[in-house]
Amino acid sequence: MVERNLTEAIAKNKANIDAIQAKSGVDLKECYQCGKCSAGCSMAAGMDLKPREVVRYLQLGLWDDVLKSNSPWICASCHTCVARCPHNVDIPSLMEAVRQEAKRQGIVPVKEVDVFTNVFIDSVKKNGKLHDLMLTGMYNMKSGHLMQDAWAGAPMLKSGKVGLRPHTVKDKEAVRRLIKNSLKRGESK
Amino acid sequence: MKYSYYPGCSLSSTGLEYGLSTRYVAKKIGMELHEIPDWNCCGATAAHSMNHDLALALPARNLALVEKQGLGLEIAIPCAACYSRMKYAIQAARSSEKERQKIEEIIEMPYEAKNDAICLLEAFAREDAQAAVKEKIVKSLNGLKVASYYGCLLVRPAGVTQFDDNENPQSMDNLMTLIGAKPVNWAFKTECCGASHQVDAPKVARPLIYNILRNAKANGAEAIVTACPLCMMNLDMREFEFNKAKKEFDIPVYYFTELLGMAMGADPKELGMEKHFTPAVARIKEAFKRPPEEEKPIKKAKAKVEEVKEEEKPKEAIDNE
Repeated sequence: MVERNLTEAIAKNKANIDAIQAKSGVDLKECYQCGKCSAGCSMAAGMDLKPREVVRYLQLGLWDDVLKSNSPWICASCHTCVARCPHNVDIPSLMEAVRQEAKRQGIVPVKEVDVFTNVFIDSVKKNGKLHDLMLTGMYNMKSGHLMQDAWAGAPMLKSGKVGLRPHTVKDKEAVRRLIKNSLKRGESK
Repeated sequence: MKYSYYPGCSLSSTGLEYGLSTRYVAKKIGMELHEIPDWNCCGATAAHSMNHDLALALPARNLALVEKQGLGLEIAIPCAACYSRMKYAIQAARSSEKERQKIEEIIEMPYEAKNDAICLLEAFAREDAQAAVKEKIVKSLNGLKVASYYGCLLVRPAGVTQFDDNENPQSMDNLMTLIGAKPVNWAFKTECCGASHQVDAPKVARPLIYNILRNAKANGAEAIVTACPLCMMNLDMREFEFNKAKKEFDIPVYYFTELLGMAMGADPKELGMEKHFTPAVARIKEAFKRPPEEEKPIKKAKAKVEEVKEEEKPKEAIDNE
C-alpha cells in the first residue's frame, strides 16, 4: 500500500480538485466514503478502481491513478450509484468528466469504448440518424474485432432489423451544423 | 390521448417490433401519436460520452421541432435512452436562461422548453389509457408468469425522469395484470443490461445479462417484459447466444406493447413477434390455451393466512411483554 499525506495531497492538488468539480458540477466533499456506490454498481466486477475509490482519488486530486483507470470508460451510466447515494453524489458525471479529461490528454484505457462512441457520432453526422449496419461494420473494423456478432448479421438483414440503406433526416445540414457548433464550443472551454 | 411522438432510430431498425406493436396498440385504443417531422438521432450514450453540449443539442433539435409544429402536446417516447436524453435537454433548458440560450445558439432554432416528455410506458400507465386497454382486451394471458424489466433509464435518475419508483417500479406490472399475466417478484427489475457495453466491453457486460436471466428464472418467470429497444435486444440476442452454448434459459423476451397487442387479438406477424432471436410466439399462443385463472381458491388461501396471523398476534404480544 502506498503511504500518502492527505493534507499535503489536497493542498498540492487543489487545481485538479477545483477543475473536476467545475467540470462535473459535483461537490466532492459531499462523499463520506460509505461505499454504497461500489456495492450496487453493475459494472464494478470489471473495474480496476471501484466507484468509491474513484471518488476518493478525485477528492485528493490524485489524477494520475484515475486518468489511466478503466472504470470511467466502462461505467454504463446506469445511475444506480446516485440513486442509492445518501448524499446524491453524481458519480456518472464525475466518470464522464474524467473520461473527457483523459481523452484530452491522449489517454484511452479502453480503446473499444472510444471507437464505439466515435463511429456512433460519425453515423449521426452522416445521416442525422443512426445506421446500425454502418455502426457495427465500422466498429468491428476499427476495433479490430472483425467477426464480433457477425452471426447475427444474416438473420437481422433477413428480418429487416438492419438495412443496407440508412434512414436519413431531410435536413442533414442542420444536424451537421449542430454537431459542429457543439464540438467547437467544447474546444473553446 | 394525444401525443407528439418521437420513435427514435431503433424503432425502424433493431427495435422494429416495438414500433409495429406501438402503432398497433395505439390505434386500437385511440391514442393519437403525431410523429415529429424530420426528427434526428438523440445521440444516446455516445453523445454524452463525447461532449456535454452535443448531448443536449441533438435531442433539443427534436424538441424545438415539436414547438415549431405547434401542437402543444406532450411527447411520448418509447426508447428509454431517447427518453432520458430528451428529459435532460428539457431540464437543462428550464434550469437557466443561459443554458436555454446556449442550446438555441447551437441548434440555430428558437427553443423555449414548453413541452414535456414522457416515456411510452407512462402514457399507457395513465388511467385513460388503462381504461381503453381494458375495453379492447379479447384474450387473457391466463396467469402467464412475467418478469417486468424496467432497466435503468426509465426510472433513473429520479430527479430527471420523475417516473415510477427507482427500486421497485409497478407501472408495467399493473399493465401485465390487466391482460391476465401474473407479474413475479424478482430482484432485477431496475438492474442495468450493460447497454452499448454489450458491444464495446462484452467481457465485463455479458454477466449482467446472464444474471438478469438467472434471477428471472429463479423466480419462476416464463417471460420477460421490456420497455426499451436496447434492453430488449441485449436480453433477446444474448439469451439466444447463451442457449447456443448450453440450453439453459427458456424465457422469451417481449415489449410490453407486443403483449398488449396479443391480448387485443393481434396476429403475431402484425407485431413483428416472429423477428425475435429467442422464439417468442409459441409461449403466448400456449398461454392463451391455458385454463382461465381461478380466483376463488387464491382468495380463500389468503383469508386463511390472515386468520392464522391474527391468532398469532396476541401470542407474540404476550411474549414481548
